[in-house]
Amino acid sequence: MEELQFDVTVIGAGPAGLAASLTADKAGAKTLLIERETRPGGILKQCIHDGFGLVRFGEKLSGPEYAARFIDRLPNSDVTVWTLSFVSAIQREQDDSILTVITREGIRRIRTHALIFATGCRERTSRQIGVHGRHCAGVFTAGTAQYYTNILGELPTKRCVILGSGDIGLIMARRLTLEGAQVVGVYEAKPTPSGLTRNVSQCLWDFEIPLHTSKTVTRVFGDARLTAVEIASVDPCMCPIAGTEEIIPCDALILSVGLIPENELAESIGVPLDSKTKGAVVDERNETLLRGVFACGNALHVNDLVDYVSESGEIAGAAAASKEKKCRGLVPVECDQSLLYIVPQRISRNAEMQERVFFFRSAKDMDNAMLTITKGGNLLFSKRFSHLRPPEMERLPVLLTPEQLFGNEPLRFHLEELDHE
Amino acid sequence: MNDNGNTNQAKEIICIVCPNGCRISCTKAADGIHCSGQKCKRGEAYATAELTHPMRTLTTSVRTIFPDSPVVSVRTAGEIDKSKLMDVSKALGKVLVKTRIHTGDVVAENICGTGVNVICTSDRLMHQQ
Repeated sequence: MEELQFDVTVIGAGPAGLAASLTADKAGAKTLLIERETRPGGILKQCIHDGFGLVRFGEKLSGPEYAARFIDRLPNSDVTVWTLSFVSAIQREQDDSILTVITREGIRRIRTHALIFATGCRERTSRQIGVHGRHCAGVFTAGTAQYYTNILGELPTKRCVILGSGDIGLIMARRLTLEGAQVVGVYEAKPTPSGLTRNVSQCLWDFEIPLHTSKTVTRVFGDARLTAVEIASVDPCMCPIAGTEEIIPCDALILSVGLIPENELAESIGVPLDSKTKGAVVDERNETLLRGVFACGNALHVNDLVDYVSESGEIAGAAAASKEKKCRGLVPVECDQSLLYIVPQRISRNAEMQERVFFFRSAKDMDNAMLTITKGGNLLFSKRFSHLRPPEMERLPVLLTPEQLFGNEPLRFHLEELDHE
Repeated sequence: MNDNGNTNQAKEIICIVCPNGCRISCTKAADGIHCSGQKCKRGEAYATAELTHPMRTLTTSVRTIFPDSPVVSVRTAGEIDKSKLMDVSKALGKVLVKTRIHTGDVVAENICGTGVNVICTSDRLMHQQ
């Protein structure tokens, strides 16, 4: 089979992949962008609410409008775009990657120097949270409800219960209400909501939709279609408390119970993943531990702002286009249990830029917290935060000199709540 | 849930202007509303508006005659009275788009007498599949 050659190949044309391919192209790399759907834009196509692009463009855009800012640049670039194309296998040859791609014209083989995974994330489903009861229709994810409502124009429920308070669930509570459905309530097993505070405010409070924390769905009822769910309070270990059950009649149970980076293809070639983020282990240029393989966007870690997803794509795109391949001299970056995770998980001692941008989430709600970065007992950096919440990701630029990064001890991130006043 | 209705006491408003989501504490005094906790001036303006005349941008979809895109996304070109959200959404349920419009095109003028137009927010219909 004929082998096509590219400098950079990007898998996934959502916000991360669009930014990555445009940046690689601008840097002079021969770039291919592969998308399995009909149109580029990824999940933004169905995110018709606004609030996208505040950090990047200083405007409140809808998802399609934000995506268009990048899609509209494609015709004036040299990026080769393949839609309705699916990567079925990847092999490695030295530092090159060989891709088998199923396209409308048949099967194609691609040789690429750099490969960027921009494969996004997937929603957790009822299988992954173990809801008991009948296998009836009417149990689906918030993203599915969003696809039905905003793309197909079909209202998937008349009266529903939403389990989980992730952002998509909150957005869909408002969306379904506006379309005339009744949202009985949003139920969250944890004691605090998982979504952004501003979404709780503008999606639930604005429409008087109740939010019940420390409650979960324990059973579903219905034969062909869901007819009711059983709700119970849970204890601090998230175990249902006997005697607190109540039955709520509804025709749909909508799940917003978390997102997991999609890395099936990355794992097939042995890209090491971080058990905390479920995304690849990367350095500050978003290069994985395999040379020439990069990851960005929600495939790397689940972001709450698309602006940072685009930034992450641009970092990967620029690095993938660069011909230079010197020894990285990787220093491990670690965090203790006070943080949910830290990205990147490595930094290069030999990087030209001294500024590194870290992303992290605190493990719990904290007021007046002090973040410290130490290496071998030396304090390299500290910063105070007035509020930290796990649903709200922090972006932290830090200047680190080569002298500070000398030696193989890991950089350690730690958070501590300071006494009030 | 966050409505305590008691205007003399401090009321906490969560700013929705930007992703910071500042918790703004507001108290009503003789010389107006006093705000604290916001990181910028937009927060103060938002909190003040929230206590006097809350406004929102509505984002929703309208039907089209095109099978490849049975609905297209729209939003109000400016903010409308929060209390009008449901009315406007209902009114837009009657709109049917018959031409392949693009981003920024007006779908409905002066919707429900708000003085605000409703505009298309997607080029979906331009890229026929």
